Amino acid sequence: METVRTPKEQQLIISASPHIRSEETTSRIMWSVSAALLPATIMAAYFFGPKAIFLIALTIVSAVAAEYAYQRAMNKEVTVCDGSAFLTGLLLGLNLPPTVPFYIPIVGSVVAIVLTKQLFGGLGFNVFNPALIGRAFLLISFPKLMTIWAEPTAQFVAMDAKTTATPLGIMKTEGLAKLMEVFGDKVSLYKSLAVGNVAGSLGETSAIAVLVGGIFLLIRGYISWHIPVSFLGSAAVLAWIFGGKGALFTGDPIMHLLSGGLMLGAFFMATDYVTSPSVKKGQLLFGVGCGFLTMLIRLKGGYPEGVMFAILIMNCFTPLIDRSFKSEVFGAVKVKKEAAK
Amino acid sequence: MAEATEEQVSYWELIKNGILKENTIFRLALSLCPAIAVTNNVKNGFFMGLAVVLVQVMVNFTISAMRKFIHQRIRLPIFMLVISGWVTIVNLVMDAAVPDVYREVGMYIQLIVAFASILARAEMFASKNRIVPSVFDGIGMGTGFFIALMIISAFRELIGKGQLWGFPIIDAKPLLILILPAGGFFAVGILMAAFNWVYAKYFSSGGHSH
Repeated sequence: METVRTPKEQQLIISASPHIRSEETTSRIMWSVSAALLPATIMAAYFFGPKAIFLIALTIVSAVAAEYAYQRAMNKEVTVCDGSAFLTGLLLGLNLPPTVPFYIPIVGSVVAIVLTKQLFGGLGFNVFNPALIGRAFLLISFPKLMTIWAEPTAQFVAMDAKTTATPLGIMKTEGLAKLMEVFGDKVSLYKSLAVGNVAGSLGETSAIAVLVGGIFLLIRGYISWHIPVSFLGSAAVLAWIFGGKGALFTGDPIMHLLSGGLMLGAFFMATDYVTSPSVKKGQLLFGVGCGFLTMLIRLKGGYPEGVMFAILIMNCFTPLIDRSFKSEVFGAVKVKKEAAK
Repeated sequence: MAEATEEQVSYWELIKNGILKENTIFRLALSLCPAIAVTNNVKNGFFMGLAVVLVQVMVNFTISAMRKFIHQRIRLPIFMLVISGWVTIVNLVMDAAVPDVYREVGMYIQLIVAFASILARAEMFASKNRIVPSVFDGIGMGTGFFIALMIISAFRELIGKGQLWGFPIIDAKPLLILILPAGGFFAVGILMAAFNWVYAKYFSSGGHSH
């Protein structure tokens, strides 16, 4: 900020607005969001063993290294300390299946950081959520490796790689009856899903852990309620109406809310500042769009889980939404057509 | 532009111009549709490139030979007629000679009619120059397109499928996405950046200001 001092060196400083600054900086927010993901990370380590920690750490390290290497190579200011690459790596790591070989996180991180973020101009200019593009790239490039799910083992022990299907995968291929067979009754199914004692990506299985982090972000005001509530709400309503076999209004919204990446997506991915609308009304529309697309893919699509593609598709609409819900300039007066003539 | 210095420009310069400085795909960013659509294996890329070389050379030859009889006002329809004529010939020949390739790239062979680069060379070069330089210009532009397609398709087939021309080279499929349509955009973008980097570093002469 350029400051102009009066000739007498008095403390009279003239500077452009804003004059009141908050303590919040980009890096502070990034590190807080990373901290909010801590419960989910701990649950991942608890259920999937040391390999989970190794995979998440490797993803973070390679994401930060990719950002550093790119910025050095392009002679740009190195901004790895703002935590955005760390957060991207953490989110991508939490979105990987626990069985992937070590090179998968590295490829995913490089795609997320270099292809999705830096080539578009760095933080603040990316069209799509980097972690999600990283995961989409991996899912399409390595369709087999990215869909091998391991059974959780609990208590921080190394797992013996017993593979199984995710609850949503079972839903897709064999239906709700089979799911009930596996988990006993509805209550124990909900309990397993809430705690995270099910197969799935590292950080998405435990709905409660993700929810704790999400509520922390809401209380601190880092995210507003609009996107998570409209996302989860529209997904729940659609699951209730269309989720059942045969008749309408017989679906199971709780099961859909707790399973898959819905919680993680709604609180941590869809609310990304850069790739989601900044106008409140637009955020509601964005969330409803995400919820609709998620349920469309889950119930009618080829993939068992649709959160990732739903958010990526809605990312495309973000500029359009922002433009259509543009807020009025403060103090501007609407001029009537007759008067304007 | 070459027409001003017709006599001085050597034929080798004309070919080099088409391959490097005015490379259809990597430098002019034209005809990207086939560059993405047909390049998921080297065989398709090879025949597509070959078809474009043939059409470009023959169109340049024909237009140059007719250039004194074409009235200025109706030159574009005439160019289009000549181009469609040659595309039809190449199309039928390929259908007869390499039917299995034609099944995959046939649609894009017909689309050569709408290639901006071919009409542009007819308008900018062939209609103003003698036959021999026009033919060499066609060879240069066609070869540039051909080489670009070969680079893109080799990159995509090798990394996407671990094969070249259908023969296994490496025993893995490193990045399956590259042979899918989405990977085509990645591949063309990355290779375009690489080509321009190499060009700027080793081939561009000092006073060139792009």
